[in-house]
Amino acid sequence: MRLIRYFFEIIRGFCITARHFFVNIFFHILNLFGIKTKRRGAVTIQYPEQRAALASRHRSLHRMMKREDGKPRCVACMLCATVCPSECIYIEAAEEDDPDIQKYPAVFIIDLNRCCFCGFCVEACPEDAIRMDTEQIELASYDRKKLVFDIDRLLE
Amino acid sequence: MTEIIIVLVKIIFAMMWFLVLTLYLTWAERKESAVMQDRVGANRANIMGVRILGLFQPLADAIKMFFKEDFTPPFSKRFLHNLAPFISFFFSLVTVATIPFGDVLRIGGKTIRLQILDLNIAILFVFAMLSLTIYGVVISGWASNSRWTLLGGLRGAAQLISYEVALGLSLIGLVMVFPTLKFSAFVEYQGGLLFGWLPKWGIFLQPLGFLIFFIAAMAESERVPFDLPEGESEIVGFFTEYGGLKWGLYMFTDFMKLLLISCLLTTFFFGGYHLPWLYADGFHFPWGGTWLLPHGIVVLFQVLAFNLKVFFFCWMQILIRWTYPRFRYDQLMDFGWKLLIPLSLFNIIATAVILKILG
Repeated sequence: MRLIRYFFEIIRGFCITARHFFVNIFFHILNLFGIKTKRRGAVTIQYPEQRAALASRHRSLHRMMKREDGKPRCVACMLCATVCPSECIYIEAAEEDDPDIQKYPAVFIIDLNRCCFCGFCVEACPEDAIRMDTEQIELASYDRKKLVFDIDRLLE
Repeated sequence: MTEIIIVLVKIIFAMMWFLVLTLYLTWAERKESAVMQDRVGANRANIMGVRILGLFQPLADAIKMFFKEDFTPPFSKRFLHNLAPFISFFFSLVTVATIPFGDVLRIGGKTIRLQILDLNIAILFVFAMLSLTIYGVVISGWASNSRWTLLGGLRGAAQLISYEVALGLSLIGLVMVFPTLKFSAFVEYQGGLLFGWLPKWGIFLQPLGFLIFFIAAMAESERVPFDLPEGESEIVGFFTEYGGLKWGLYMFTDFMKLLLISCLLTTFFFGGYHLPWLYADGFHFPWGGTWLLPHGIVVLFQVLAFNLKVFFFCWMQILIRWTYPRFRYDQLMDFGWKLLIPLSLFNIIATAVILKILG
């Protein structure tokens, strides 16, 4: 009895995969002849050519926000550097003549070799000076130095 | 002289057919598994930007394989290590000599049988060659001189020898029904009709034999439900110490066996090159109609029918390979010795009794 059930299940499994094959090949053939169908034969996204839209809250490469006059919004308060768990932000503050601002970052470096893309710096920033919404996700490099982003590259 | 040329041409055609199909089975396997799993499969290989469903993938694989380092581990037994893949490859390849692709072709007064060698003992020949491929497995396990590959080789040998018994016994019923060992005669016997309408194929006369043969043959091909010898992902198999082209030969042998099993299944159980109701002069339908065809078209139909059946079985074996998980080793042995062999013995007895009753 168990043997019969076993063979029944074996055949049922075969039918499931065969059904997948025939349904998918049906849609593949329709698409091959240029017939548009609601459903596609495969769920694959052919990556470098096709890209899935990133989620709006997706954390990608950082960028520095600018004021109206083009200077960085950062006031060098060091909150991001403090909160950063991987200690990848390095800031050197300098005095600003404008009494409303008082400080600005003379050096602002994010070392992507260390960054873990947690986004804490974005949440910590009181001036909304740093954001992670550039949607740049291909950050590989042959040279570690190219992954150290200074303020000029962050402002781009 | 012309005889020799004809034989040479036949050999070249059959080898080309076999090797090219084997090459493209790798592509078919990747594509079919992809379609089954809602993926696209290999489609990036291109020549000047032309992709055609990734049909150049086997060529790209072959080029990659050729340019890989031919590495022989320093601790291995060098000669045997190099010899082993060629043993498997060669003995799988020679079996194509006995496969009948079609009936006779008559050109310019010459009668050419579309089969390289119509051996009297074709079944024994094929089984002997299949048994010899085991030596490739065992020798590679031994010559790699590593205990894990040795275990893998022995595991492979134990499995292949166990299932060879069931493989041989399952066909005895068929040999009783069609009293011959010749492949061409097998196929000719299957050209008749049962009850005046059903083609007299082996599967209708020997359904149990077909099932046992199919399962045992799949075990012989060392593919997934039965891939205990190699087991890429978990077990250390017999060709662990191989790389590059020699490893490629083992993979190629796997696919050749797949194709060979499809050929054998077609020849034994699915009427070989016969289309239902197609005779030497055209179709004679059981409901009375006839559709006479010239000789060339009939031969073409026969070859196409053979190929179609072979493709179907290749498709089915790939589907099975991508559906089922692997057996445990004791399950494998139980399945072979305690189920398939008793069933095939029962099949022989039942066939004998039925043949005796029918006279």
